[in-house]
Amino acid sequence: MSGETILSVDRLTMRFGGIVAVQDLSFAAERKKITALIGPNGAGKTTVFNCITGFYKPSGGAIRLTHDDGRQIALERLNDFRIAKQAKVARTFQNIRLFPGMTALENLMVAQHNTLMRASGFTFLGLIGVPTYRDAEKQAIALATDWLKRINLLDRADDAAGNLAYGDQRRLEIARAMCTEPALLCLDEPAAGLNARESAALSELLQSIRNELGTSILLIEHDMSVVMEISDHIVVMDHGVKIAQGTPQEVRDDPKVIAAYLGTDEDEAAAVMESGS
Amino acid sequence: MDYFAQQLINGLVLGSIYGLIAIGYTMVYGIVGMINFAHGDIFMIGGFIALITFLILVSLGLTAIPVILLVVLLVSMAITALYGWTIERIAYRPLRHSFRLAPMLSAIGMSFVLTNYSQVAQGARVKPIPPFIPGGHTLHESPDGFVIQLSNIQIMVVLTTIVLLGIFTWLVSRTRLGRDMRACEQDQTMAALLGVDVDRTISMTFVIGAALAAVAGLMYLLYYGLVDFFMGFVAGIKAFTAAVLGGIGSLPGAMLGGLAIGLIETFWSAYFSVEYKDVAAFSILIVVLIFMPTGLLGRPEVEKV
Amino acid sequence: MTSSSHETTTASRTTGIPALLKTAFINALIALVLFSLMIGIRTEAGSDGQLTYWTRFGDLASIVAAVFGGSIVIDLLRQWIGPTGAEKLVPASVQSGMSFIGRYLAPALLIFALLVPVIFYNQRYILDLAILVLTYVMLGWGLNVVVGLAGLLDLGYVAFYAVGAYSYALLATNFGWSFWVCLPLAGILAAFWGVLLGFPVLRLRGDYLAIVTLAFGEIIRLVIINWQDLTGGPNGVSGIPRPSFFGIPLDNSDDGLAAKLGIEYSPTHRIVFLFYLILALALLTNWVTIRLRRLPIGRAWEALREDEVACRALGINTTTTKLTAFATGAMFGGFAGAFFATRQGFISPESFTFQESALVLAIVVLGGMGSQLGVALAALTMIGGFELFRSLETYRMLVFGMAMVLIMIWRPRGIIGHRAPTVFLTKAQAISSDLVKEGHG
Repeated sequence: MSGETILSVDRLTMRFGGIVAVQDLSFAAERKKITALIGPNGAGKTTVFNCITGFYKPSGGAIRLTHDDGRQIALERLNDFRIAKQAKVARTFQNIRLFPGMTALENLMVAQHNTLMRASGFTFLGLIGVPTYRDAEKQAIALATDWLKRINLLDRADDAAGNLAYGDQRRLEIARAMCTEPALLCLDEPAAGLNARESAALSELLQSIRNELGTSILLIEHDMSVVMEISDHIVVMDHGVKIAQGTPQEVRDDPKVIAAYLGTDEDEAAAVMESGS
Repeated sequence: MDYFAQQLINGLVLGSIYGLIAIGYTMVYGIVGMINFAHGDIFMIGGFIALITFLILVSLGLTAIPVILLVVLLVSMAITALYGWTIERIAYRPLRHSFRLAPMLSAIGMSFVLTNYSQVAQGARVKPIPPFIPGGHTLHESPDGFVIQLSNIQIMVVLTTIVLLGIFTWLVSRTRLGRDMRACEQDQTMAALLGVDVDRTISMTFVIGAALAAVAGLMYLLYYGLVDFFMGFVAGIKAFTAAVLGGIGSLPGAMLGGLAIGLIETFWSAYFSVEYKDVAAFSILIVVLIFMPTGLLGRPEVEKV
Repeated sequence: MTSSSHETTTASRTTGIPALLKTAFINALIALVLFSLMIGIRTEAGSDGQLTYWTRFGDLASIVAAVFGGSIVIDLLRQWIGPTGAEKLVPASVQSGMSFIGRYLAPALLIFALLVPVIFYNQRYILDLAILVLTYVMLGWGLNVVVGLAGLLDLGYVAFYAVGAYSYALLATNFGWSFWVCLPLAGILAAFWGVLLGFPVLRLRGDYLAIVTLAFGEIIRLVIINWQDLTGGPNGVSGIPRPSFFGIPLDNSDDGLAAKLGIEYSPTHRIVFLFYLILALALLTNWVTIRLRRLPIGRAWEALREDEVACRALGINTTTTKLTAFATGAMFGGFAGAFFATRQGFISPESFTFQESALVLAIVVLGGMGSQLGVALAALTMIGGFELFRSLETYRMLVFGMAMVLIMIWRPRGIIGHRAPTVFLTKAQAISSDLVKEGHG
């Protein structure tokens, strides 16, 4: 089912008082693909993310999520936790938001809250000690263990998340998001602060998530090596509007994109490119 | 109609007193982000200091009322300011970088200390004083005999409040200290890096707040003719409600909120029931924080994710 | 060069006597100004309403001297202990010994608690004190769910205590229902109010949440005082029936328990029964809390405390999570309130002041939020301490307030400095309190 859209953002606008952070933005993310949202600082990328994941209510426009079975959900109307729960959209944060006082394993268990709540009969059955809950809990621990193996943190499972190294925390946050078994995974600057080796490991992880699990990924990123290597499709923003989109190759050669990053205007960038190549 | 007008006057006077206390809450919250639970009790201490100073001056034989008032005002402002300074040094400064709950619990503890301290030091009974500033003016006499009174005390309270507000606004907007305060409110670390003495600025905030609360205590003493060791608790919550209503962090808001609370409390007592007037005030706090958390003059905050 | 630098290091280490005296003198001067009027002068309203006063300069002088001396002592202590704190004072062997005791402390305390009525059968005073301590332990465990686990700053917990007490009192005196019927009802009513309180404060954080819950507690108390028709106002409700041993009265009569068992009747029977009743209720609270911690709801509470935004991003309904925390904590408060009513036989609004809320909160924070054992130890210490000060009744709140300030300065994380994880793969490692968030509501 490749080539099908999982997320369509349609004329999204976000206003804060008098400031327009995002203006008339439209783009689509394809199923089982990695879509990157890039642009200079202040372009409005995190704002778009927050609109998609329900932390801001858009001032205008529509955001549609299409499930495997064809069901469409209007994200602009859902409250934040419902987006994660019903629309199966998971996210990570620019400043890592783990549960620092809980162990790595506990963090991954919290992610499976809704499944476990149902299995525990909304706590009551669990309180009595019904076997169905115990089985569900075992399964949840198995899933968590699986992910810990995948991100190479199995030996740190019982350590406090706050005690983990920065790179480990980033991977744990991704694993935690994946434990909600989402259809769309939104990552906000997952490579921030990672060195070259860690970035390469991250690229591998994201590609394996796409290839083996079939999860669609939308990511904001500044690290171009990661973006260029793993993205199937790139959307470029500047000052709240989309200025380019396409494959990594197309975007890399687009003078508009270069101009935006350099802070010059398009013609100058095109001229420099022509004279250089 | 006349009854209404009288309640209006009474409400504004009560509101001025609440406003003076509210300024202390809003300043401290703006600069260190904590609710100073002990502030209401500072107001109470101010009232007590004023009372005792009065007694001493009168028994020393002074009779010139303006002189007495001036001395009492200065003495109670000075000593109460020292209380505010001391409390900040002992109970809040060591906890400035601790976790959120610590200064709050420390403040609650300090509040208990102050209440019990004055109860132990001066006894648990209410302390009355004879009316000090007698007389007033009849504004209007209605045909059915109801008289709208504006007493001299009421005039004094409002005038003092206006004067103090003026001095204070000048202080915040024109002086170096005011600038330092506003800088610390925005970004403490940056202010420190730019040479602002953050410790001293915060101390001065507490000192000024306490001084204003002392004035409120003196006004309360003159207006109601008594002080008791428990008056800080309820007045404190009402004044904090006023600060929130006006928009926490906003000084004109604190005064506006104070007047609003004073009016609401007075009208509620006059037209509905006296017993439940405190319930009305507390309910306003809840209602405001639910529907209008930034208050009337505050700035709306967008949650950063 | 080397000798002068050596001099400066010794000088800075001991902070010469002159500087010490100077600080002490300034502190004493400040104390003099602060206390001059409040302590130096004592006012009192005479019988004719006139205000009179007399001087107490002797008291003033001794307090100023105490401040002077105390300042010197504290400065010396601070230098001796050094900037690293008191940990250096305790040698490693003692520290490991203490953690050894820690593992066995909980079961030891439990066994001791079970045996208290046996050991102290004839000492009515101690039995009463034990009942009081257990009541506060239960209140602490109840509030722990809200503040310690979910991180919601509740300063109005006494409201649920009051709802539970008055529910039982009014149902029993007006309808004659037995304690065992009213107990669950008291819990349900209190839980209902917990949800009612929870709704308005859902979006509030930190200090704002705290003060609104405080206002709520005060509103409940004021309504109780003023709604005389329903609650008897300041006179309270009296004649609340004592509990029976599952239907068999605990009195001197022929169908009393003593008669049934063929033993001599003694009023101590009822006290012992009450003791085991509150112990059972407290243990129930403890057991439910421990189990809930291991269930998804408990984990969601703790996750809420750690980072609410992340919870929402994981699909957790933070509204219901907060409401269930409030409701559960309130329910336990209600049970404790019903117990309180039946133990006293008489309740009045005076037992449900803000001071009670603050006391329970202090117990939870001192215990080390989220730690069951810590809360129990803190309750024992504080209530026991309170009782020790009973002779100095008027100074009690003063000491309590100062204790709160000192505890916050010295050990804001509480007695138990760590959190135990609820699930582990290989080994349960205690997580230091420094990592655990305190929650913002």
